[in-house]
Amino acid sequence: MTPAATPLKASREPAPNPPTRTQRRGSMSRRDKLGRLDFVVSPYLYIAPFFVVFAITGLYPLLYTAWVSFHKWHLIGGDQGFTGVDNYVNVLQQPNFWIALRNTFSIFLLSSVPQIILAILIAYVLHTNLRAKTFWRMGVLLPYVVAPVAVSIIFSKLFADQSGMVNAILGQVGIGPIGWHASAFWSHIAIANMVNFRWTGYNALIILAAMQAIPRELYEAATVDGAGRMRQFWSVTIPQLRSTIMFVVINSTIGGLQIFDEPRMFDTMGNGGADNQWLTLTMYLYQLGWGPQKSFGRASAVAWILFLIILLFASLSFLLTRRIASSGTDPARSGRRRRPRRAQHRTAARRAGNSRVQEGALS
Amino acid sequence: MFKKQAMAGLGVIAVGALALVGCGSGGSGSSGADADGNITLTIATFNEFGYDALLEEYMEQNPGIKVVEKKAATSNEARDNMNTRLAAGSGLADVEAIEMDWLPELMQYSDQFVDLSSDSVTGRWPEFKTAPATTADGKLIGYGTDAGPEAVCYRADLFKQAGLPTDREEVAELLDGDWDNYFKVGKQFVDATGIPWYDSATGTYQGMLNQIENPFENDDDTVIPLESNNTIRSTYDTILDQSEDGLSAGLSQWSEDWVNAFQNDGFATMLCPPWMLGVVEGNAAGVEGWDVAPVFPGGGGNWGGSYLTVPTQGEHQEEAKALADWLTAPEQQITAFQTKGNFPSQTAALDDPALLEYSNEFFNNAPIGQIYSDMSKKIAVSPYKGTNFFAITTVVTDALTRVDVDGTDDADSSWDKALSEFRQLGIE
Repeated sequence: MTPAATPLKASREPAPNPPTRTQRRGSMSRRDKLGRLDFVVSPYLYIAPFFVVFAITGLYPLLYTAWVSFHKWHLIGGDQGFTGVDNYVNVLQQPNFWIALRNTFSIFLLSSVPQIILAILIAYVLHTNLRAKTFWRMGVLLPYVVAPVAVSIIFSKLFADQSGMVNAILGQVGIGPIGWHASAFWSHIAIANMVNFRWTGYNALIILAAMQAIPRELYEAATVDGAGRMRQFWSVTIPQLRSTIMFVVINSTIGGLQIFDEPRMFDTMGNGGADNQWLTLTMYLYQLGWGPQKSFGRASAVAWILFLIILLFASLSFLLTRRIASSGTDPARSGRRRRPRRAQHRTAARRAGNSRVQEGALS
Repeated sequence: MFKKQAMAGLGVIAVGALALVGCGSGGSGSSGADADGNITLTIATFNEFGYDALLEEYMEQNPGIKVVEKKAATSNEARDNMNTRLAAGSGLADVEAIEMDWLPELMQYSDQFVDLSSDSVTGRWPEFKTAPATTADGKLIGYGTDAGPEAVCYRADLFKQAGLPTDREEVAELLDGDWDNYFKVGKQFVDATGIPWYDSATGTYQGMLNQIENPFENDDDTVIPLESNNTIRSTYDTILDQSEDGLSAGLSQWSEDWVNAFQNDGFATMLCPPWMLGVVEGNAAGVEGWDVAPVFPGGGGNWGGSYLTVPTQGEHQEEAKALADWLTAPEQQITAFQTKGNFPSQTAALDDPALLEYSNEFFNNAPIGQIYSDMSKKIAVSPYKGTNFFAITTVVTDALTRVDVDGTDDADSSWDKALSEFRQLGIE
């Protein structure tokens, strides 16, 4: 489909004319054959290590978890017989499962949405001509270096119901104390804040790298066309960031739905609150497996349900961001300039890759 | 690119799944004799058991035995480690320290532990210490280390403010009696000062719970359905009535607010096992007036304490048993008390001059050795904590917290939620 792929395809596939084919086959030397083999097989060999490691550390446990989820399985007692889908049925009937699902999505949305919007804005500011650029760029990454558990401890001090700093400050402006641990909604806000604190800067740097790769000519052309800053941001920057935003969104979907450290450390009990205010799915899973029930079977069932939910939502985010990102460009215009834009996009992506390496070295 | 991301995501989940499967790999639990016939024993502890010098001493006394201590930072970490390796069937230390709270669950797997009963330890501990670690057929799976006899910590300065006696003996007399008396004095105090009487409903409930013979389960380990558990329901109602009267500070123990409340006159009394003293001292640093009264409402009570066990996984069970025996002897536990303040559970240790002489400067020079020794002797009840104790007790404390701390429910609606949670445990 892409222009680059066409010549490759031609060289791999035999020519349409039968006589030519026999001719070619006959004239092929051993070296040619080896070369051809090398050409066909090598790429797969190069990517093989990932899949081998994945099969051992990823696929095997994944399938094993599925196997466990169909059994009555005790943490210490082990396998106690096949039970079919009992574990799934049991888990789906528990009110706590649905509470955990609600909390997980609430925290996920409250963290991911503002986080990505903020990351784009921060990246935009960092992209302008700032003094001491490296300082600012490292600065936004600093929270990422802090261990999540440490972040949670700091934030649980800030968000203490009676003696916390946040409530003290809110009290100064006349807002009554908020029950950060008592109310489900506010606990989600507090936890989302922890997540945002940690990940916004990280995402900002990824987006910044992509922003730096946008060719200047696009902005120059836009300026000539009379586009203001806002217009440039919406019609040039955002569409050019499309693939990067998709990456960031899918990444935070995967991470956000698996949120565990922050809510677990939000109070000292680690059970998600007395009223399950901030019990997330992964915490629920942990409770089933390692808590009083010690049921690995049910925990595995939750693991699989969570896995399927994440697959579903990662694809949904993918489709959604693709639509949002592509609707940013004027359809008539993008249609007319389709080919050149795509070509530029490729170079942009390549440059984004380079600068990502640079940013990596920087951190 | 995105397929790869999805794959990576798959990988991330799968790694989580790997943890879930719980391969208990790694760890140097197995210990063999080396060429010279020397044996290396491992002992796994958590927090501070105060064994550093003792282990040196043991190695000197027993040539040919080397003891290596593996310390976990928290008891939760040690518990996870223990459960995983117990499930894996390998990797445990020769001697494993456990907390009293884990016993009900571990008792189900008593065949994984060596029977430690022997003539040398008969009568070493009071009944409340040995009963939870003894199986129905008389097998002892743990040697008691420290114990948690409870007393009452109080703020003498706030008592004075309310016109109550401040001297610890007088306070003991004032609070002597049942829980109703403790609450009645509390009401008087709250009316006079407006300051809450105790720190949290769950902490106080814990003290009441530890005086009930069969809180959640019958002696044959059958569960008393929560719905018809009138003892617990009335304890629950009693404690929440006090919250309504303003006796409870409405704090969740160990929370940030609880820690800070020590600094700003948040409450006047709290139930205090000896290991709590260090916590109070740390949280209330700079606050003057804390004292310990040799009294506990409703008689004595025990909260916490640990044991040493010998898992059957070990290669040197005899040597490990000997080590655990020696470490939990009264003399050694006195040393541990002097090193780290862990109050000994051994009957003989309670009359040891070294213990009785011990006083604490922060608590107005209270003779805490003497006080806790006395309180230890008052413990009459050893509650039956069975397989499901931990699960059910969490359900009830959560219910208390919803009313006392969060205020998301009233006593009745919170109890209904507790019943629903109880059903979800699936143990009926």
